[in-house]
Amino acid sequence: MNPEARVAQQTLAPTAPRAHGMSDLAIRNLFIIPTIVFLIVFNIFPLIYSLGYSFTDFRASSNDPAHFVGLDNYRTLLSDPNIWSNFTITAKYVIISVTGQVIVGFGVAMLLNRNIPFKGLLTTLLLLPMMLSAAVVGLFWKLLYDPSFGIINYAFGLGTFEWLADPKMALYAIAIADIWMWSPFVMLLSLAGLSAVPKHLYEAAAIDRASGLYVFFRITLPLVAPILMIAVIFRTMEAFKTFDLAYILASQPTTEVISIRLYKMAFQEWQTGLSCAFAYIVLVMVLAITNIYVKYLNKVKER
Amino acid sequence: MAHIELKGVSKSFAGVPAIRDIDLDIADGEFFVLLGETGAGKTTTLRMIAGLEKPTTGRVWIDGQDVTDWGAAARDVALVLQQYSLYPRYTVRQNLEFPLRSPIRPIAEAEIATRIAKVAATLRIEHLLDRKTDRLSGGEMQRVSIGRAIVRTPKVFLMDEPLSALDAKLREALRGELKSLQMDLGETFLFVTHDQVEAMSMGDRVGVLNKGALVQVGSPQEIYGNPVNTFVARAVGTPAMNLLTGVWAGGRAELGAMVFDHPGGQGAAGRGLVFGVRPEDLVLGGDGVEAVVTDIENHGVEKIISLSAGGQALRATVPVTVKFLRGDTVPVGWQAARVVVFDAKSGQSLRHGG
Repeated sequence: MNPEARVAQQTLAPTAPRAHGMSDLAIRNLFIIPTIVFLIVFNIFPLIYSLGYSFTDFRASSNDPAHFVGLDNYRTLLSDPNIWSNFTITAKYVIISVTGQVIVGFGVAMLLNRNIPFKGLLTTLLLLPMMLSAAVVGLFWKLLYDPSFGIINYAFGLGTFEWLADPKMALYAIAIADIWMWSPFVMLLSLAGLSAVPKHLYEAAAIDRASGLYVFFRITLPLVAPILMIAVIFRTMEAFKTFDLAYILASQPTTEVISIRLYKMAFQEWQTGLSCAFAYIVLVMVLAITNIYVKYLNKVKER
Repeated sequence: MAHIELKGVSKSFAGVPAIRDIDLDIADGEFFVLLGETGAGKTTTLRMIAGLEKPTTGRVWIDGQDVTDWGAAARDVALVLQQYSLYPRYTVRQNLEFPLRSPIRPIAEAEIATRIAKVAATLRIEHLLDRKTDRLSGGEMQRVSIGRAIVRTPKVFLMDEPLSALDAKLREALRGELKSLQMDLGETFLFVTHDQVEAMSMGDRVGVLNKGALVQVGSPQEIYGNPVNTFVARAVGTPAMNLLTGVWAGGRAELGAMVFDHPGGQGAAGRGLVFGVRPEDLVLGGDGVEAVVTDIENHGVEKIISLSAGGQALRATVPVTVKFLRGDTVPVGWQAARVVVFDAKSGQSLRHGG
């Protein structure tokens, strides 16, 4: 072996694969590849495949081959007033539910953010609704809302008030259940934000003779706003896609949010091509809303 | 402007005493410095005067009024903290406006603008007014923080180690600025620090705290020249006072193998004593005890000479022009009149009844 080659071999030696065990790269791949495969098979592939279907008249229930129909599906959907009513219902639901969650969640966080006995236990207990399955929550609330033996009517003395059978009330009833379930999430994030506000700022404000409201709007809220925005983004996205609670609790035309309409279109009416197009419209909308929020979040952070 | 009095104030946290029975009287327009180590209770004392803590026992008086049960807002004090406590996401101007925009006492817009302009000029932060506070350096932040205190013209200024997070040069500059600011305003300042140089250079009077008790109150000269006990003697002065154990017998101080003349020496013979002598009160050359030079530190204007005599270590300061070499043998004497004698057991100065 000539001297140069020997030098080359020596300098290469440390990076050569080890005789035993796997290299860091191999371990990394081992962890990442299954997830990537899973994502491709169950998310990316159907996503792209359904984009293809959205331009056809394909029906999964029939043996007819799919025919390319161009933008017909999109045209049909966007000019259908019923679909727009589904969107209006969803928007209403999102606004009620997210606003309610922010008010309740942030309010409870403000109450918890002080020295009280059993604070840890109390916080954990308050988080319980969030950890339940939505289907279970739906069944609970169906019983709670029951006109004849439901505890809500009993507790508030409402007689046989129809929560879920009343077309006007049903959407509010679903939103209330959702607020009950997801306010803890907003509370948790708010609590993290609140406890990150330095205590000495409040002391400085007390010395500066600021009123409680003034301190809230000029110190607490600006400092918690970014994390609260994140909670709002998550909850808006989730509420926009809401299915299980609405499906279990009520089947009124007034509670037919887009996910339910989509489900019916795809799996009851078997209009596979059309429902794919619908799903894409919803996707674009969620992305658009999220983008607006993120832009706003960055603005809040910069201030 | 205000006169602050603490009357028999004690404070304990969950049963642990932090402040033990403090009596303190701070005159109107005085620059008073509380000096103490971490955990001595300086900050707690300050917070009790600010109204952020309530004393367990005792009363706090400001301007002839018992304010013990008043909240911080009602006391009309200003507080400057080590962490600056600037309101984030606001500009310097908004921070300075904050105390003026309190709905409790509304102030006209024009008045607000005038006051901010004046404060900004005083602290030389005019060019920073429209900058966000997170774009400021430490010194600038502390200036804004001081500005927020003075913009309101409160009765009392409370400062909790406001300079300790700054680097040495800036600290020195702001020290001078704060002192002259206080003289210009003529207001009462209570300044808390663990830095004896800050205490000695800024305070009209200094209070030394040890483990929650006020050990000595006096002018910096009194504290330095006539410490009430060995704790204060150690706490003040760089290099520290030489504390030498020994006895007094017939006009002489016998410190182990060293013997110094100590004619006027108070105190009984045969009693265990500690003789405290400042490094500048040691006289090198002439008559005296033979000592060996073990180390020389050159500090520019003066030199610190470490000496060993009779098994005891001594530190002396001499002008930088005096030349010594390590290993030299020098005779050491002292200025007997300046020596402070402490009781060895209690540590109390005999002049203060120890």
